[in-house]
Amino acid sequence: MGYVAVKGGSDAIHNSLELVEFYRLKDAVQPLEIEQIKGQLRLAVDKVMGEGGLYSQEYAAIALKQAEGEVFEAAFIIRAFRTTLQRRFYSETINTRDMFVKRKISASFREIPGGQILGPTRDYSQRILDSSKAFETIEDVKKFVEYFKLSVDENQLQEIIQYGKVIDLLANEGLLKPINPKEDRKLVDITREAIKFPAPRSARLQMLARAETGGLMAMGYSSMRGFGSVHPTVGELRYGQVPVKLKDPSGRIRYIGKIEVTEAEMIASTSVSKKTEIPSYTVGYGLCFGQNDTKVICMGILDTTMRNPDASMPANDQEFVLYHTEGIESMGFTNHLKLPHYVTFQSGLKNIREAIERKTATQTQTSPSKAE
Amino acid sequence: MKRTDENWLLKVSNLTKIYGEPDENTIANTGPEVNSNICPNTGSIVACANINFELYPGEVLGIVGESGSGKSTVVKLLYFDMEKSYGEALFSAHQAGEINILDESNQMKRKIRNHLMGMVYQNPRDGLNFRFSSGGNIAEKLIMGGNFNVASIRNRATDLLEKTEVPVLRLDDRPSSFSGGMQQRVQISKAIANNPPLLFLDEVTTGLDVSVQARVLDLIRELQQDLGIAMIVVSHDLSVIRMLTDRTLVMKNGRIVERGLTDQILQDPQHAYAQLLVSSLL
Amino acid sequence: MVENKKYVNKYNFAFIDEATKKEIRRKLLKAIAIPGYQVPYSSPEMPIARGWGTGGLHVTLAIIGADDIFKIIDQGSDASVNACNLRNFVRDMTGVKTTFDTAEATIIQTRHRITEEELQANQIFVYQVPQPEPLRGVERYENKTRQMHGEADYAKMWVSLYEQFITHGDIMLGAGYPVKVNDRYIMAPSPIPRWDVPNLNHSKAIHLFGAGREKRLYAVPPHTKVEALEFEDVKFHIENFNGTKCVKTGYHKAFLDELYFDDGSKHFLINDSNFLDKLSENLQPVQHSNPYLNQIKDEKN
Repeated sequence: MGYVAVKGGSDAIHNSLELVEFYRLKDAVQPLEIEQIKGQLRLAVDKVMGEGGLYSQEYAAIALKQAEGEVFEAAFIIRAFRTTLQRRFYSETINTRDMFVKRKISASFREIPGGQILGPTRDYSQRILDSSKAFETIEDVKKFVEYFKLSVDENQLQEIIQYGKVIDLLANEGLLKPINPKEDRKLVDITREAIKFPAPRSARLQMLARAETGGLMAMGYSSMRGFGSVHPTVGELRYGQVPVKLKDPSGRIRYIGKIEVTEAEMIASTSVSKKTEIPSYTVGYGLCFGQNDTKVICMGILDTTMRNPDASMPANDQEFVLYHTEGIESMGFTNHLKLPHYVTFQSGLKNIREAIERKTATQTQTSPSKAE
Repeated sequence: MKRTDENWLLKVSNLTKIYGEPDENTIANTGPEVNSNICPNTGSIVACANINFELYPGEVLGIVGESGSGKSTVVKLLYFDMEKSYGEALFSAHQAGEINILDESNQMKRKIRNHLMGMVYQNPRDGLNFRFSSGGNIAEKLIMGGNFNVASIRNRATDLLEKTEVPVLRLDDRPSSFSGGMQQRVQISKAIANNPPLLFLDEVTTGLDVSVQARVLDLIRELQQDLGIAMIVVSHDLSVIRMLTDRTLVMKNGRIVERGLTDQILQDPQHAYAQLLVSSLL
Repeated sequence: MVENKKYVNKYNFAFIDEATKKEIRRKLLKAIAIPGYQVPYSSPEMPIARGWGTGGLHVTLAIIGADDIFKIIDQGSDASVNACNLRNFVRDMTGVKTTFDTAEATIIQTRHRITEEELQANQIFVYQVPQPEPLRGVERYENKTRQMHGEADYAKMWVSLYEQFITHGDIMLGAGYPVKVNDRYIMAPSPIPRWDVPNLNHSKAIHLFGAGREKRLYAVPPHTKVEALEFEDVKFHIENFNGTKCVKTGYHKAFLDELYFDDGSKHFLINDSNFLDKLSENLQPVQHSNPYLNQIKDEKN
């Protein structure tokens, strides 16, 4: 008899929760500190913020610790936490031209205004397992940080500037597809209403911004491999800090802090159907919290593919892309199969048994006609 | 039947479909005289314009023209597969012909299609659902017509397959396993399932082998004689028109360039384009 | 770290913030006004996973008051692990009294069963719904199914039933049999067994359905016509338990679970745990009455 028939559901849960906590702690030499997770697992924290839809490194780090490092679970905790918080304001639109840029690259042009700035990236590292990381001491850490700070020559530092965008170059030359006045510009809030399809672009971009990175990656990849129509170029990828401002009740704009975002502008050429139409480039846009190149590149690809609906290509199918890259929903529903389904199963069992009876009965009869 | 001004089945006036953004000269600047559907100023495409005709009960009307003539567009507009730009279609079987069916709600259009019209497409995949059995496809039409009795549905479907010479044993098989000709027959069965007064046939034999074509055309002619359904037959092939229709409209560049009794047009075409068509008839 | 020092409770009553609860209640009123119609709603995330009952929770938490008495069952059982988890959550967030007794409860949340004991006019029955769209099996796009409901274009649904019949000799739908509500909308009653479907028809209670993941709410108000889809000559029927009876009480007119003991022998047990308990204690719970149930002969066991 399983855990349902026995009246011990509550006990079973209590025990399983204690057990999982035991698993989390039994080998712990030292409890992890939130500062350590924030600092040294920065990219996991960024992912949790991005998929949880809440910008707070601290809470994301706590969630990661609570979830024993399972990013899905941590993002889920953050999403649920959002629901208890009151919505007080909407911020002013963030302008990434105001970004304090830490990383800025373009694959479309060799030289761009301000230059190609690699910034902090592992793109060109060699993925060789570094076992010395097992023996890092606090002295090693301090020594490296000291060394790095000393290697920066104060006299060489230049004034912090804001950089123009690569897409501006295209726009100035008239190469960018002009914004279609009919293109959907309706602004919705996906956390406040259910989205119906076809969804306006604002909804699509919001959903992509919170989507699960792996799911987006699979869909974006499919598009590049022939299951979609788009193989674009990175117009510009930026990572850095942007200021967040909002309007207070008196109407004044206030600066409340800064957040880190990664942004991608993916350039794809448009296909022209009419002879009179001038060919141009479109921009596929991606933006997410923290540093996550993969996510914003795939967002940009999918932003473009979803504007060209095509039933034969999954990446071009809005409903397919948006429903199935929503991490919290996918994880929940796929895992819900673990819930008891024995009544539903029983119902189906009866049907199948009766159908088998009918089929074997007609087969033993001489008349071959189907049931009428 | 004696035709008067009053006893038409279908009366179409000024039916027009334009893609793009026309200006006031678009219609004047396109058509058979200029040999073009495309407006030189705006780039909009006039698929068809100023289409007027009447169809009488039990009569077969042909629409002939090359691709781009607009003949399929006319039928798609009347079957609600497409939205008109403007125009009127009065159908005596619906509200005594007093309402423009092209302006009706989606729900009402669906009702008209289900109960009063039938359509056979060139491509069976447009008219049939390949995930259902052939009987299921016919059942769809019968159910939409209000029949919820399985035995009665199957009897009717069986009758229809017999009438269209599809082996009755294939009632529960999916059309994907059928030949092209048989798929068309299933389409025809489905289209006439509710005994509609009006049937559209859009290039139904194009793409079939010549011998198969002949059989399907024979079938259509027989059905028409048996059931007395009014039909609009669209084809680029004058021999199909010759075989099936009483009257014909010749279309070019979205306009009707000649109309009349099929026999007359074949013997004595007036418009240059009609002459061209007739002269190239094998 | 923001620590909530100002308020005694870390969370709002019933967890969800007031504005959202209000929105859910407004949408529920709309759902009741249009029986069987799926109303989209905000469906905020909960600390429970999607697919595990967030929709049912949204409804319960939006309507629950401090005086309510709450019961929750999963596959008929109060003691099922997921039911326990959700019960604890609701109790912790509201402080309401909880019960296993069907007759005592004012709000009953369920996963995939209606209680054997008849529901009364003062009760609200809340369903957890995995897939609110009854047409999803024949049409994968939300865009199209919305249009089909709007135009009452249900042909594809009917043809799929016809196809099942000709292939298998019967309509093969088990749990979650589609129904027509108030002669207008086809509705998914959640994966309840066919046994339960007739109890929706002209029920005394309010039935509210929450699909959290798909973000839809719908409702069947009391005394509403709910009919299972059937042809004139291929009828709906409930599961057949002829020849079997509950191994504990001998009763046979309830939905029975199939059980396998350690020695491999097969037995049956009443699925509805509270109903089973009441029968075992010789109490007389009032069972739902419907034409299908009434046809089952009373056997003297």
